[in-house]
Amino acid sequence: MPEPMGFFTDTTVCIGCKACEVACKEWNQLPAANGGIGELSGDSYDNTRKLDGIHWRHVRFIEQFKAPYDGRWLMMSDVCKHCVQAGCLEVCPTGAIIRTEFDTVVIQSDVCNGCRACIAACPFGVIDINPVSGTAQKCTLCYDRLKVGLEPACSKACPTDSIQFGAITELRSRAQKRVDQLKAQGVQAELYGADPQGPLGGLNSFYLLVDKPEVYGLPRHPKLPSRNLGKSASFSAASAAVLGLLALVGLRKRRMEEVGHV
Amino acid sequence: MSDTFFTGAPHWTWFIVPYFFIGGLAGGAYFLAALLELFGTPEDRPVVRAGYDLAAVGAILSGALLTIDLGQPLRFWHMLFQSANFPAVMFKGWSPISFGAWAILLFGLFSVLSALGARAEEGRLRNPALLAVGSAVRGGLGKLVSAVGGLLGIFVAGYTGILLSVTNRPIWADSAWLGALFLASGVSTGAAALILLAPRRGATERSLEWLSSFDTKALVVELLVLAAFIASLGSLNRVWVSFWGLLLLVGVVGFGILEPLRLHARRRPLASAAKLVLLGGFLLRLATMLASEGIDRYRVAAGL
Repeated sequence: MPEPMGFFTDTTVCIGCKACEVACKEWNQLPAANGGIGELSGDSYDNTRKLDGIHWRHVRFIEQFKAPYDGRWLMMSDVCKHCVQAGCLEVCPTGAIIRTEFDTVVIQSDVCNGCRACIAACPFGVIDINPVSGTAQKCTLCYDRLKVGLEPACSKACPTDSIQFGAITELRSRAQKRVDQLKAQGVQAELYGADPQGPLGGLNSFYLLVDKPEVYGLPRHPKLPSRNLGKSASFSAASAAVLGLLALVGLRKRRMEEVGHV
Repeated sequence: MSDTFFTGAPHWTWFIVPYFFIGGLAGGAYFLAALLELFGTPEDRPVVRAGYDLAAVGAILSGALLTIDLGQPLRFWHMLFQSANFPAVMFKGWSPISFGAWAILLFGLFSVLSALGARAEEGRLRNPALLAVGSAVRGGLGKLVSAVGGLLGIFVAGYTGILLSVTNRPIWADSAWLGALFLASGVSTGAAALILLAPRRGATERSLEWLSSFDTKALVVELLVLAAFIASLGSLNRVWVSFWGLLLLVGVVGFGILEPLRLHARRRPLASAAKLVLLGGFLLRLATMLASEGIDRYRVAAGL
């Protein structure tokens, strides 16, 4: 059994070249958006804007030119986090979403029927429908390449090693060293998703950030969708019991009135 | 900011909003018909029969809407059986969408059986095979079918709200009250639909009075649960400073709950109150679903 594999993304060395986006699109034969017609976002130098069914990698540009910042660019190559406890896998009603032998999370496109429950369940907004297949799609961490001993296309293409691929334990120790190095230089660096005791049991794609997670479009405390199940089901059952009781009391009252009239 | 604002919208819109409304209404109508079948009097039979018919049509429509909404409609059965290991059953008890797929299927089966029984009772079945089934679903077996179908009906009326809560989306996952809210609304709209349809099947004044009296109580429960839902959202309630908030306040609370309560209190006209309840039930689903659907992760992250 191979050990858990994943990505460590060091955002401090990302230059926003988007080579990872292109490599991902090319290897996975993902279609162009908008029929290939270029569409500018109009408010950012980033025109991809978000992860979805045809963008499994997205280099996020965080353009900090308003107070309290005096002009700073942050870049982060975003991707599926391959959560150790995955919300998408939890809710998928068809069994299309599986955990692989590499501890990654993969959607089987031939099983998925496009119900979109996984889109609403993902705490990171990673998944969306691929309009060509009509199914939910996201990064597979290049499962096909991993099976034959190759590294994922994105990390292979990354020219600065911002995206590093490897065994999770090895990546965590490498990431901690990098955080220590940056802190020694006075940079406020922190790891996001590297703690196996943290939210979702840790992320198999984790990040080194130099600002709050929200600034990068990441939730501070990602949670599983099932956290609401017990409470929501209890409230619903109580509501059903109250309505059932009200109906029965009404019927009994009517019968008593009927008896009274006789 | 709630962590739910960093998620993606599932595009549950033009087929799912009507499904949530029709499924809730059908489940609620069957639930009330089953209660009248088990605890009512013979004069309630027209309402019971109308309830079963309504539920059967609603369940079939619900299945159709759910299937059409899929990205791959021909794979709808993947929710019921393991596609690579047929006929092994596909079921996740902790996933409301998986639970709901089975519930809709079984509810459809039970409501069609009950509807056949109701038509056999009225002598409206000509086909010998259907007549045999309809005749069998009467008496003791009919009551058993009603009891199980009634439980499935109330489940179908409420699980859609639980389904929304068991996500990571804004509004839906930020409150545990949506299941109870949709359930109360489903039963209330079920009663309203019966008030409109049962007179054509010969419903008596006393049956209609009971429906009106029950709908009044169901609307009060719905209003209280709606208040609990809004209170549970806390600071997130700023999302209602929008068109959807206006719709919730005016369309759902004003026209869908308070005005029908006033009309029910005056006892007349029943049909006007029922129509408003149906409108309110639909707008409730529309407002709660589209208010969340409109929140886009990348816009939130970019501060737009």
